[in-house]
Amino acid sequence: MRACSRYRQRLEDSGRRLKAIEVTNVEKRYGALQALDGVSLAVEKGEFFGLLGPNGAGKTTLINVIAGLVRADAGSASVMGADVSADYRRARRMLGVVPQELVFDPFFTVRETLQLQSGYFGIRANDAWIDEVMVHLDLTAKADVNMRALSGGMKRRVLVAQALVHKPPVIVLDEPTAGVDVELRQGLWQFVRRLNRDGHTIVLTTHYLEEAELHCSRIAMLKAGRIAALDSTRNLLGTFSGLELRLRVDRESLPEPFPGHIVSSDRSFFVVKLQDYRELEDALARLREAGVGIHEMELQPPDLEEVFMRLTGRGAGA
Amino acid sequence: MTSFSTLLYKELLRFWKVSVQTVAAPVLTALLYLVVFAQALEDRVRVFDGIAYADFLVPGLVMMSVLQNAFANSSSSLVQSKITGNIVFILLAPITYLEFFGAYVLASVVRGLAVGAGVLAVSVWFVELRLQAPLWALAFALLGAALLGALGLVAGILSDKIDQMAAFQNFVIMPLTFLSGVFYSIRSLPELWQTLSHANPFFYMIDGFRYGFFGVSDFAPAASLAVVGASLIAVSWITLMLLRSGYKLRH
Repeated sequence: MRACSRYRQRLEDSGRRLKAIEVTNVEKRYGALQALDGVSLAVEKGEFFGLLGPNGAGKTTLINVIAGLVRADAGSASVMGADVSADYRRARRMLGVVPQELVFDPFFTVRETLQLQSGYFGIRANDAWIDEVMVHLDLTAKADVNMRALSGGMKRRVLVAQALVHKPPVIVLDEPTAGVDVELRQGLWQFVRRLNRDGHTIVLTTHYLEEAELHCSRIAMLKAGRIAALDSTRNLLGTFSGLELRLRVDRESLPEPFPGHIVSSDRSFFVVKLQDYRELEDALARLREAGVGIHEMELQPPDLEEVFMRLTGRGAGA
Repeated sequence: MTSFSTLLYKELLRFWKVSVQTVAAPVLTALLYLVVFAQALEDRVRVFDGIAYADFLVPGLVMMSVLQNAFANSSSSLVQSKITGNIVFILLAPITYLEFFGAYVLASVVRGLAVGAGVLAVSVWFVELRLQAPLWALAFALLGAALLGALGLVAGILSDKIDQMAAFQNFVIMPLTFLSGVFYSIRSLPELWQTLSHANPFFYMIDGFRYGFFGVSDFAPAASLAVVGASLIAVSWITLMLLRSGYKLRH
């Protein structure tokens, strides 16, 4: 009995250790450019993970290493425990990639494209699932239309559908909303969040910081082929950023001492930098205590953009 | 297995969907050669004894079409996929390099044979066909098409642009096919050119294929088949090594 439970414990441990994606000391050089310079990171199963960084930071190279499209010069990568080069067939079955470029095969219709992609993954009669994916991505009406005749947004949806034909546990979206209209963007996020709720691990690269902030629970920031930060979204926002309080009051000074740091003041208008919401409470209590009347108040929440700018050294204050 | 058969099916569907361009057009080209050359050269070129020039020309044109189209199929499919970027769908899938090789080469063989059969079918209007040893002809057509299909893969892997591939086609494949004895028997050439022709692997394919029709050839058919088979093995090995290394495909 004890042996049995110990065995179960061990199974659970190894299950927990099995990462959706694990990258260890990956290096990749293109001529003089060190695209990846010793990157290590792990994505847990079921996570919604963000990979951020300026252009040329190595995001796509890293994704391509994980997808087996690029061979690393050093280091290793695995998907659901399968090494991307030694055990590439299993690794690729575990992974669905939505590429950044709007690529398509002009010879085929949407349905043919999805059937072919299923076949490449060794799945024959896959029409029930293909139909379901098309419904979720609003592609049903275009099923028999040639890829060439689709708009950019529609082509993007087909790319997402292609990444899902083999029901991969890990899905990587490389800049999925670049050049996509607002309506599709929202539909896409709804669908991706649903996949995440259903247990799929999602890895996302994006330029739109608000998207990462909104969806990702953990974020890695890349800079010049290295990881500049890797933490939960909340911690990143907490560490690097604060709240900005904009106030118009009924007098030309704030009660001393006032919590936080007054960034600027113009007669009765003040901009105050606060560390967190606790300090905001203190500030409001201080105003009430001193009997100061508030005419206008605006609160700027923590912003990933600022974190990003500071980490990548592009912000004015960096 | 499903990965392989799907990739093969996709490659077949690709050329079949544009068959006017990939099958009908080369058949017409071969037909034009037949009409023009047979008319112009009928009394001037001496080939095998007792065989009219037009009769002699047909198998050469058939085999030339088989070879050129087998090459065109794999090379243009791969280069187009690389340029448009949709090669990524195949590279992301759990397809082994052997499956990749097999699917592209086999599709090339089918396209080559389809065009060859088309040329043969329309030639019946102009000449009386003799098929003395059809199995020899089939063996040469199959091996030759596979060899050119594999060469097309090599060209597709090495080329990053359409014009690089076109250069390969125009400066390597075309001269070798034209100088292989499609339009003449190499016995009618000066000795130096006869010797040089023996260094051209295309010569053995054309000559061996022609043996299947007339039971006569410039070179012993079994020896020709051995040369073609050895070339196929060598080129296939090179192609497989390139595919396995991911050269110019997985950067």
